Amino acid sequence: MDKFQLMKDELIVAGKPFHSRLLVGTGKYRDFKETRAAIDKSGAQIVTVAIRRTNIGQNINEPSLLDFLPPKDFTYLPNTAGCYSAGEAIRTLRLARELLDGHNLVKLEVLGDPTTLYPNVVETLKAAEVLVKDGFNVMVYTSDDPIIAKQLEDIGCCAIMPLASLIGSGMGILNPWNLEIIINTISVPVIVDAGVGTASDAAIAMELGCDGVLMNTAIATARDPIMMAGAMKKAIEAGREAFLSGRMAKKLYSGSASSPASGLIK
Amino acid sequence: MKITINGNIRDFDCQSMTAEALVAELKLAGKRFAIERNGEIIPKSLLPKLAINDGDNLEIVGAVGGG
Repeated sequence: MDKFQLMKDELIVAGKPFHSRLLVGTGKYRDFKETRAAIDKSGAQIVTVAIRRTNIGQNINEPSLLDFLPPKDFTYLPNTAGCYSAGEAIRTLRLARELLDGHNLVKLEVLGDPTTLYPNVVETLKAAEVLVKDGFNVMVYTSDDPIIAKQLEDIGCCAIMPLASLIGSGMGILNPWNLEIIINTISVPVIVDAGVGTASDAAIAMELGCDGVLMNTAIATARDPIMMAGAMKKAIEAGREAFLSGRMAKKLYSGSASSPASGLIK
Repeated sequence: MKITINGNIRDFDCQSMTAEALVAELKLAGKRFAIERNGEIIPKSLLPKLAINDGDNLEIVGAVGGG
């Protein structure tokens, strides 16, 4: 693939093109200034946000996340973090749509357990069904179960986002084989969401053929989040190019050195 | 009237007010928020018309950092 083609290698989500395949969260940073600096360094265009009760009457002039990340400059992806039922998730995303003036690209996640934050795929399927019918473009966080991933695609989700490992764990990709099955069976973008710990994890996800990676903790809780954001950007690009260029076959040994076998001095 | 806002009961010196007046009272005018009244979203276009009454339960949300 030449340079020109690579420049046009875009991630298409719900018909919208994005040049960055790195999606980032906006939580766990020291302050909004650091959030913005890290996101700028990451090159991410899609940023997740959570929907929470507004502080009434307290510091009404305190800056908000939206002041630092203007919705006109980023594609917001409101999430349903903290929701444990389909009903709560649906309610949260309807509020998000009203909050963001009809914006309908959302991240659905329904959790099953507060200790592990493992997704509840049954509730996720129920919520996805309602949200898709209600006109949302649903990017869905799920387990790395290929059957559930396919069911979510069949419902009409616009991106399938399996975990690499548990949210906030930094354990990396624990089951590359399942991810590969999902990548091979799903037509909409497959975006690894959760579990990435460092740059090599992101590169491996992209080398497997994922369409993108969504992360938050790996950047936000690095000792230097801004430098890590840059590392992740490069890892995503390196992994993508490695995937597109088609890696060499693995073999235990080849008996074929890179230097000529002839012309050796005697 | 007494209304519940984000889980806290608040007392107002009137029997009813429009959602828009309440938003102004809470100093949220011009800010980005979404309101749910008794489980139903109030679209922005209805804020000037819709009345908030005694006993109403409101949820007012915004966007915060999250993954």
